[in-house]
Amino acid sequence: MSANPLPVQEPPVPAGATVLEVRGVTKSFGALSVLRGIDLTLHQGEVLGLVGDNGAGKSTLVKILCGFHPPDGGEILIDGEQVSFSSVESARSHGIETVYQDLALIPQLSVFQNLFLGHEITRLGPLRFLDKGEMRKLARQYLDDINVNVPSVDAEAEQLSGGQRQAIAVARAVRAASKILLLDEPLSAMGARESRLIIDLVKDLASSGRVSIIVIDHNYAHLFELCDRLNVIDGGRITLDQQVHETSIEELTELMVTAYRRQLAAVQNAGA
Amino acid sequence: MGRRVLRLFLYQRELTPIVITIALFVYFAFRAGSNFTGSLSLSSAVGFAGPVGAIAIGEVLLLVLAEIDLSAGQVFLFCPWMMYWMHNDGLPLVLAIVVALLAVCLVGAINGLITVRLNVPSFVTTLAMNFILYGVVLVASNNLQGSPIPLSGETSFIAQLMGVWKWSEILWVIVLTIILSVLLTRTRFGVRITATGGNLVGAAEAGVPIRRVKVWCFVIVSFVAGLVGIVDSIKYGTLDPGNFGVDYILYAIGACVIGGTALTGGRGTVVGAFIGAILLGVLQDGLTVIGVSTNDFFIYVGVVIIIAMALNVQFDRLIARSRSR
Repeated sequence: MSANPLPVQEPPVPAGATVLEVRGVTKSFGALSVLRGIDLTLHQGEVLGLVGDNGAGKSTLVKILCGFHPPDGGEILIDGEQVSFSSVESARSHGIETVYQDLALIPQLSVFQNLFLGHEITRLGPLRFLDKGEMRKLARQYLDDINVNVPSVDAEAEQLSGGQRQAIAVARAVRAASKILLLDEPLSAMGARESRLIIDLVKDLASSGRVSIIVIDHNYAHLFELCDRLNVIDGGRITLDQQVHETSIEELTELMVTAYRRQLAAVQNAGA
Repeated sequence: MGRRVLRLFLYQRELTPIVITIALFVYFAFRAGSNFTGSLSLSSAVGFAGPVGAIAIGEVLLLVLAEIDLSAGQVFLFCPWMMYWMHNDGLPLVLAIVVALLAVCLVGAINGLITVRLNVPSFVTTLAMNFILYGVVLVASNNLQGSPIPLSGETSFIAQLMGVWKWSEILWVIVLTIILSVLLTRTRFGVRITATGGNLVGAAEAGVPIRRVKVWCFVIVSFVAGLVGIVDSIKYGTLDPGNFGVDYILYAIGACVIGGTALTGGRGTVVGAFIGAILLGVLQDGLTVIGVSTNDFFIYVGVVIIIAMALNVQFDRLIARSRSR
């Protein structure tokens, strides 16, 4: 079994079809109710931005969609069919790839091994010997294609800068995603040049129409450049759903500040 | 030039202990001549390095996972008892060996499952397992020595291979070293071990089945220790219920450290662990041959382990710092 060097070309699905639908998903950690009924849709080839304060539930939602946490309630539908993920692997088998906030690279593995982690190219059947030569070659080719600079594909991740590591993590997910790509703050820890690179990478992927993307970021400028549509999460629910061209950074900021003031007031009232 | 040599030693961790082992060998050969290089002396060095090496090469996998197995030494002693009992109860020898190996694999699986499912630190799980196995042997043997061990003293090819020939044990360890080294560095399973030990959360998020990987590694450690334990018992011909596995495991972990494995997870070398065991064997035998008391040996071992660990940590730091941007 060998992984495909470049993303698989899937038969084109009509643009605008609903790829992912989330209905009333809830999640609590002990007494803390983080998601209180999330409703969300993602269309074919769309880039959807999730905006919200720290602790609003964005990362929890992403970890549910990628199979890392099971939801407490609600439904997740992919291409109209209800799914339930028991693990990251089962979500991945539905074509969902994720880039996490906490950098999923392994410091002691080389660049190419990180790039292929979870999708290794192997030989000799069940023995699963690594085809290092092939992986090196494809990694070099692929990183060149997307303009990611690393000292060598044999360098250990530990020796890379934060931005380079993030670029490798994003590149890995972009390479492997076949349906949905989840990006949890892909641009944190990145310099201007590297941010540019990731934005281009994601936009390229989106414009191919092959993959639909959900992205979390705190930087509105980045979101407005990347996304087609924005959803605001507040208090574990989606409170705003708007096309990017229908809203503005000012409106969004206003909304977030209002939400923040309300929360602050609630906390103060509770304290009084 | 100097930088290249440093890089070589930085990334090929086995090199340092190899150089030291060769230096020790030359030193002892120079001091004691054929008293040291003779077959009797060398087989005594190998008699030490065999059991310690067998346990160390498996232990490295767990150290890379940032886990530890303190029961492997006791498993090494338990497995031949299991074979002995089964055979005495009328099971054909081959079947007795298979059952004994299955039993130690089960021990490994229990170690692993308790660790990953009940979240008990493996240090504690395997410490407890060490005592349990020791107790089982004491109780079941009524504190009597086990002998004769089947195959012991025979001259058939199988008997020679399984331990009667005095170099057979170290040969087994060398073959297992090669297999485990290939497993760690050249297979997908090996990548998963490194990934799990290097960044547990990251590996899980990338789809590595971290729990399964850990349990399998506990099984492998037990299997390798048990297999060589059987060979060792056939070599010596008797089983002593009073042998305590902790003696072995402490040397084995020492061998891993000397071989270049820090206990921080994500890094380790199987070949290094084997070399570490050889180094300890040469040191013990050499000191005896040149007439230094065996008591002094412990002091040397302690000093060597500390120096090796300090080097490992500094080497790891150097790698992390050498950001070639």
